Amino acid sequence: MKAKRLEGVMQGVFLFSALISVLSIILIIIFMFAGGVPFMMEYGIVDFLFGDRWSPSNTPSSFGILPMILGSIFVTIGAVVIGVPIGILTAVFMAEFCPPKLYKILKPATNLMAAIPSIVYGFFALQLIVPIMRNFSGGTGMNMLTAMILLGIMILPTVIGLSESSLRSVPRSYYTGSMALGATHERTVMKVIMPAAKSGIISSVILGVGRAIGETMAVVLIAGNQPIIPQSITSGVRTLTTNIVLEMAYAAGEHREALIATGVVLFVFILMINGLFMMIKRKESKA
Amino acid sequence: MKLKKFRILLTLMAGLVLTACGEVVDEESITAVGSSALQPLVEAAGEQYSAENLGKFINVQGGGSGTGLSQIAADAVDIGNSDIFAEENTGIDASKLKDHRVAVVGITPIVTPGTGVTNVTLEELQGIFTGEITNWKELGGIDLPITVLNRSSGSGTRATFEKWVLGDDLKSVVSQEQESSGTVRQIVANTPGTISYVAFSYVNDDVEALSINGVEPTDKNVSTNEWIIWSYEHMYTNGEPTGLTKDFLDYMLSQEVQGGLIEALGYIPITKMQVERDFEGNTIPAENP
Repeated sequence: MKAKRLEGVMQGVFLFSALISVLSIILIIIFMFAGGVPFMMEYGIVDFLFGDRWSPSNTPSSFGILPMILGSIFVTIGAVVIGVPIGILTAVFMAEFCPPKLYKILKPATNLMAAIPSIVYGFFALQLIVPIMRNFSGGTGMNMLTAMILLGIMILPTVIGLSESSLRSVPRSYYTGSMALGATHERTVMKVIMPAAKSGIISSVILGVGRAIGETMAVVLIAGNQPIIPQSITSGVRTLTTNIVLEMAYAAGEHREALIATGVVLFVFILMINGLFMMIKRKESKA
Repeated sequence: MKLKKFRILLTLMAGLVLTACGEVVDEESITAVGSSALQPLVEAAGEQYSAENLGKFINVQGGGSGTGLSQIAADAVDIGNSDIFAEENTGIDASKLKDHRVAVVGITPIVTPGTGVTNVTLEELQGIFTGEITNWKELGGIDLPITVLNRSSGSGTRATFEKWVLGDDLKSVVSQEQESSGTVRQIVANTPGTISYVAFSYVNDDVEALSINGVEPTDKNVSTNEWIIWSYEHMYTNGEPTGLTKDFLDYMLSQEVQGGLIEALGYIPITKMQVERDFEGNTIPAENP
């Protein structure tokens, strides 16, 4: 009798815990959209999304976030181009080629990379990548390429971790079957194991994209933050996230609403990325 | 067994709550919200005040000058901190607000050491920030492109700098932006040819402060208005202050704070100002000795 009651209570506790996460996401959605959408309607969605001038303290002020949308997209694409090949190759190495002794160092190292706070990455880039970039491209060294390289490094642990585990979860019979047919170890890994782990690897890339697009504190230090559409890979850039963090402390009234609306746009981006991720996961479980 | 423990716990808790109730005497607190430039001073003064007056607490929050002004105009807080005059903020009704100026902050242009330029005219400074002058050699320095670094839109430091350097008509070039004075200083120190601006308290050996028209950025030149880029730190109240609010504002203007804390934190005491300046920039000799 007593045990049964405890069972019921504990069930409630578990349910409550589960509901908290759902509730908070619902509250976030309500807050974001209630704060941002009225502004978008008032200012004009097209003007807001496709306006290329962001000058909140001018009179009249203009709130076009196209430079930031493009900035976020460009920087993320750059990070993927730099980080994904390195990440996937590292994962293949770790899963199939790595000597156990080296693995003991490599695995904790990549885990540690994921745990380093992003502001620390930012300082690292400010002290190391920025001066190198300054010699390489002139100017201040704070530009889109710097941000791409930094984010390429920052998405590595996400890409490596997920890719490695999906490579490891490929049934061993695939490997032994391929070897029995006379293929070499290398050929088996590249032509059998990797294709079999394809959907897991793609999901890791998508999560990496989510990490890159949402990164804020590291990027704000090294991207230059000019609210203009970048003309070249070595011009400064401002992303959606940095736009919010740069100005939130000082914003009031319409300006503040515009920043919350920027958050809504960012949120929609993340929703799309996660939707894509779930779609691929579903496909994988069906296959 | 378990129940027994529970009962003991309950008794202990009840005891704790009851004792706590007994000890509460005359607790009183006020809230000051606004300017992040003024926040460290009000926080430090508030802590010192609470230490001397038991049971009286000063809650200090940031949020920026705009927030401070709108919150005090809405009578939602006791004190609204601001770097700018309430009259300069178009969104609020300033008529009911009472201004208490507690300190002054001077702002100076800073550059990376080694540009070969240590003095500029106001027109040259305008030229740099509007993008007409793009190389230090045009000002007699070395051949090095000028990089302009601004604080982000809405920053009180930027507003003050632009008001006194660029005026109402000129607009700054689209430039790099950073959100805090500390980051600005670090980037200026590390990036050859960069110019930006910070409050006097942020100037150190890593950066070089520029003179304007031969006037050096010092507290003394601010107090005589020879150095024009400065702003008051205002603490606004909605109507005349009363009670704890009044007491705390008096404390802010007392010798203890003006003579000690303010200078220690790098602000300029209001009592040292030899001129008084209104929001349109007209000056009169100050009443302070």
